[in-house]
Amino acid sequence: MVHEWALAEAIAMYIVRISKGRNVKRLVLSIGRLQSVDKEILDFALRELLNEGNVVVDELKYLNEEILLKCRKCGFEWSPLLESLGSEVSEFIHFIPEVIHSYVNCPKCNSRDYDILSGRGVKVVEVVFEEGGQ
Amino acid sequence: MDPRLLVISKRLEGVKAVVPVMSPKGGVGKTLIASSLALAFVERGRKVGLLDLDVTNASSHIVLGVKLDELKPLEEKGVVPPLVNGVKFMTICYYSSGNPLPLRGKDVDEAIKEMLATVIWNQLDLLLIDTPPGISDEVLDIVSYVSEPRPLIVTTPSRLSIASIEKLLKMLTESRVKAIGVVENMVITEEGTTKDLAGKYGVEVIGRIPYDPFIERSIGDVRILKSTSFFSKVMSLADKVLVKLGL
Repeated sequence: MVHEWALAEAIAMYIVRISKGRNVKRLVLSIGRLQSVDKEILDFALRELLNEGNVVVDELKYLNEEILLKCRKCGFEWSPLLESLGSEVSEFIHFIPEVIHSYVNCPKCNSRDYDILSGRGVKVVEVVFEEGGQ
Repeated sequence: MDPRLLVISKRLEGVKAVVPVMSPKGGVGKTLIASSLALAFVERGRKVGLLDLDVTNASSHIVLGVKLDELKPLEEKGVVPPLVNGVKFMTICYYSSGNPLPLRGKDVDEAIKEMLATVIWNQLDLLLIDTPPGISDEVLDIVSYVSEPRPLIVTTPSRLSIASIEKLLKMLTESRVKAIGVVENMVITEEGTTKDLAGKYGVEVIGRIPYDPFIERSIGDVRILKSTSFFSKVMSLADKVLVKLGL
C-alpha cells in the first residue's frame, strides 16, 4: 500500500476526532492535481480507516483542484503540465509537492520564486454529520 | 485544522526521543554533528533515524555519502526511509535530485508537515533532526508539531555564535522545551563563555569538540569519518546524550 494510505490516516483521524460518535452523511475532499493522488487507493484506505474508527460515511465525494502557480517576480499565473515532467519527477512531486520548485521555472521570467495558489494536496472541504450520536 | 498535524504523533509514537540538532548560527557544524551522532548511536547498538529538515539546503546525505540516484525510500502505507550505514535516513533530496529548491516559509512549512505526517519511522531509540540556521519555520515547526523534542544546541566558542544561541535558549525556555545540552564545536582555545550562558538557562555543556583541520577529507566517506579525532569526541558526546535521555 502506498503514500495515499498515510494521507488517508491523517484525514480519518481528523474525522473520527470531530465525529463524537456520529456517522458522516457527507464528506467532500478536494484533491490537488499536483500530488497526483490515486483516488481509488485513497478511497479504499479512507473507508477502511473510518470503519476501524467506527465511523460510517454515507457519501464520499472528491473534487479535483487544478494546479495554479503564480510567479512572485513577474506575477505570471500558469498551470504546468505534470505529464511533460516525466513519470519519475511526477512521482517525486507526489511525495512532497513543494519539490516542484526543483523542476519548474516561471515560463515568462524563468524564476523559481512562485506560489502554489491551488492544486497542492488533499483537503477536507465539507463534513456533514448525521443527527444524534454522543 | 490541517489533518496531517494529528497523525504526526502517531508517526513518532515508536520513537523514544526526538533530538533536533539546532543552532541559529550557520557554519557551526550542525550537519556534521547530527550525522556523526547518528552513526555514533548505531555504534552503541541503538536504533536511530536521521531526518534532514534543512529543507532548502539539505546536506546530511553528502556527509553520509548517499548516492541520491541509487537510493530512494520505499512506499509502505507511507514513506519508509532507507537504511544508510545503519541509520534510517530521510531527506527531501531524494525527490529534488540535487536541483535548487528555493522555498518561501509557507512552502517550507508544508513540506515539513508532509514529511512528518507520511514518513514511517516505526521503532527507534532516537530520531535526530538536522535543522538549518536561524529561528524560523523548521525550528518553529519542530517546537509546535513534535511532542517533547529534546534539542541539542551547537555553538562555536565565538561570541557571535554564543549570542545567537542565547536567543534560541530563551525561545526554547519560553516554549517549555528542555534542551539536552549544549555542545561547543571547533574549539581552539580555553573555555569561553558558553558554560556561563548554558548555566543561565539551566542547560549543561555536554561536549567540547576541538577544531579538526582534517575533518573535510572525511566528508562523504563514513569509514574515514569514524577514524577521526572528531568522531571519537562525538562518541563521548553520544554517551552523554544517552545518559541524559536514560537510553
